[in-house]
Amino acid sequence: MKRRKFDLAAAPGKAAAGVDDRFQVATPLRRLLNKVFPDHWSFLLGEIALFSFIVLLLTGVFLTFFFEPSMTEVIYNGSYAPLRGTPMSAAYASSLDISFEVRGGLIMRQMHHWAALLFMAAIVVHMLRVFFTGAFRKPRETNWIIGSLLFWVGFLAGFTGYSLPDDGLSGTGLRIASAIMLSIPVIGSWVTSSIFGGEFPGTIIISRFFIAHVLLIPALLVALISVHLGLVFKQKHTQWPGPGRTNGNVVGERMFPRYAIKQGGFFMIVFGVIALMGGLFQINPIWLFGPYEAWVVSAASQPDWYVMFLDGSTRLMPAWQINIPIGDGYVIPPLFWPTVVLPGILVGLSTLYPFLEARHLKDYKSHNLLQRPRDVPARTAVGAMAVAFYLVLTLSGANDVIADKFQISLNAMTWAGRIGLLIAPPIAYYVTYRLCLGLQQHDREVLAHGVETGIIRRLPDGRFVEVHQPLSAAQEHGDGHGALEYTGWVVPKKMNRLGALGPAVRGFFYPIEKPVEAPVSPGHPPVEPRPEREEISSGEPRR
Amino acid sequence: MTSENDRRRGLLARLRGRPAARSRGRRRLGAAVRLLAALTLAGGAYTVFAPGAQAQDNQTLSSAAADGKALFDVSCVTCHGRNAQGVEGRGPSLIGVGAASVEFQVSTGRMPLARQEAQAHRKPPLFTDEQTRQLAQYIQELGGGPELPNGENLHENGNVAAGGELFRINCSQCHAFGGGGGALSSGKFAPSLRPATDRQIYAAMLSGPQNMPVFGDNQLRPEQKADIIAYIQETLKHDQDPGGFNLGRYGPSTEGLAIFLVGIVALVFASLWIAGKS
Repeated sequence: MKRRKFDLAAAPGKAAAGVDDRFQVATPLRRLLNKVFPDHWSFLLGEIALFSFIVLLLTGVFLTFFFEPSMTEVIYNGSYAPLRGTPMSAAYASSLDISFEVRGGLIMRQMHHWAALLFMAAIVVHMLRVFFTGAFRKPRETNWIIGSLLFWVGFLAGFTGYSLPDDGLSGTGLRIASAIMLSIPVIGSWVTSSIFGGEFPGTIIISRFFIAHVLLIPALLVALISVHLGLVFKQKHTQWPGPGRTNGNVVGERMFPRYAIKQGGFFMIVFGVIALMGGLFQINPIWLFGPYEAWVVSAASQPDWYVMFLDGSTRLMPAWQINIPIGDGYVIPPLFWPTVVLPGILVGLSTLYPFLEARHLKDYKSHNLLQRPRDVPARTAVGAMAVAFYLVLTLSGANDVIADKFQISLNAMTWAGRIGLLIAPPIAYYVTYRLCLGLQQHDREVLAHGVETGIIRRLPDGRFVEVHQPLSAAQEHGDGHGALEYTGWVVPKKMNRLGALGPAVRGFFYPIEKPVEAPVSPGHPPVEPRPEREEISSGEPRR
Repeated sequence: MTSENDRRRGLLARLRGRPAARSRGRRRLGAAVRLLAALTLAGGAYTVFAPGAQAQDNQTLSSAAADGKALFDVSCVTCHGRNAQGVEGRGPSLIGVGAASVEFQVSTGRMPLARQEAQAHRKPPLFTDEQTRQLAQYIQELGGGPELPNGENLHENGNVAAGGELFRINCSQCHAFGGGGGALSSGKFAPSLRPATDRQIYAAMLSGPQNMPVFGDNQLRPEQKADIIAYIQETLKHDQDPGGFNLGRYGPSTEGLAIFLVGIVALVFASLWIAGKS
């Protein structure tokens, strides 16, 4: 019998051809792999969130193998001596076991928590990038809304996860959440008793939050993230203005291989940073907080950073209680305003912002080019105002820790927060607006008169003037040089930034990297490295 | 408790019941004899113990207390007044605060006070252990009050787990879950427990310095105090922080700071580096 010859080299091609024969995927796949992405460091911030979400899924799956979402009371008898013999819920006991008994459990728990904080932080930083560069404008309003929703769903994911270990901190957070729900007029008590299955804390809340945390919310997040990324594919990524870049094209790298390889590398870096933080920095030492008991509330009980602004707004809110004399009397507690009304307003304002801005500017065109923050001072200033508002609230959320560690009176911190909340945003608006105008003016100056050279010349009449290097060629009229148009991109402001192209390979840590030996393609001369520049000296040699 | 009450009531009843049984004459005679005997005893005792030439306006002090009084009259009298009776608007009376309070305030350097403010800060102590003990002895003999047990190690038989539970219920509201301290209203604060010794923690519970409530032996029995001290000294201070650097154990606020200062900063630099590689 003759053995059939098996050609190993042809196998992948044959297999791919077989797949394409059956499913006809080659054409769409080629389109996908050839998709061009513009390259700028600020476009990678959203990826940090995406990659930390993947780390969250991986570590989270590991944790579910060992976590027991139950509030049954057990007596701890594990290896952490200071809690041995203490009655606690099975959820807390299994969290302790994950930390002390399960091999690699503690680093997984810490990585999960750090990845959650990083996920939210990256979402906020990415959102700021999108806001300040105007990337949310038509046609991308939908993606802006989905992004804002992702923040709030991530907020829920974080809060439910924070509550699961059932340690002292979780329980305190849940107690506050139940109080917030109770403060909602009319429906408050029904909402609370249906979520907790009766009075706080009940016996069901951990199991319910567990299902929400590991199934419902992640599913929602995956769905929203998929739509978010799908819309980026469909609508194409925005890009910075520059040579050859218009509102109608995308200049950048193909998805495959370069962009995909870079993204893969970046994923490894994000994973590595999370793993390092999980291994080096202790987060949420649940064994110190002890099991939750209603009468145990530790000082410095704070929510995670992305919820801290609500804690801050609660701390700053004066105790204004509204009594409505209907029937037996009806009360709207002061807690209602900072924890239900304020987030409601924030959700509304943030999701509607693209439409508000378009309406205000009467700008209903599609924009695929980004704007530098300085070129839109009003928007940049509004953003700075929002950041200032959020910062004051977040700092107020930690005001007891700040007061204690910096030896400031807690009452003074509260008043500073109240006053700061009112005056910091307008100050931020004004300062940012002026800064933007100043930067714009300097750009125009350089375009009109050239780059400052640092060379001072003394005129015959004794005046000193600085020599400017004009950016444009000489013209016949005026002062000899024509002003250049501003194109919405970086204006060179130093002599060594001049020239149409920068160095072939721009490194970050080492200023200029030498280009690698480029393969010589037929018909093209090999790429020559740029000749080294001569030193610029001021005339006479030094003696 | 109840059996002791019964016995006491029985004794009183017996004392009240006895004179009624005797006749009136015998009772009068007995009273006169007792009065005479008491007067003789008092007079005799006075002649025996009364100092001859020198006149003293308070009770005699042991030698340690006398040394303590000498220190007091130099360093403390400005605010706490003569005989520790206190000075209006400057310092409280120390009658009845006990040796425990003196030992806490002086050995942690809080007293003598640097200046009048919301709350005294811990600082290097001005007096040696010996001098502190003398001061404490003086105040103790002056007005009585709570005292510390002897010895440096007051948590020898303490149960860490029981102490942890008591700590979380009674102490963590102000001193925080890690014993790092926390803020109170108007510039007052619960200090960090890290530098505190066994005796200082015990004295603080017993005397309730500044804004701290008193945890007398009725609220926390001595063995429960030993449990709490054991938890603070053995668990909180010597915990190895299995998760790595503990970020000061200030709770989620420093964790939030860390994710921005370490995580986001590192990854923004990474994205600058990666985007530069084109």
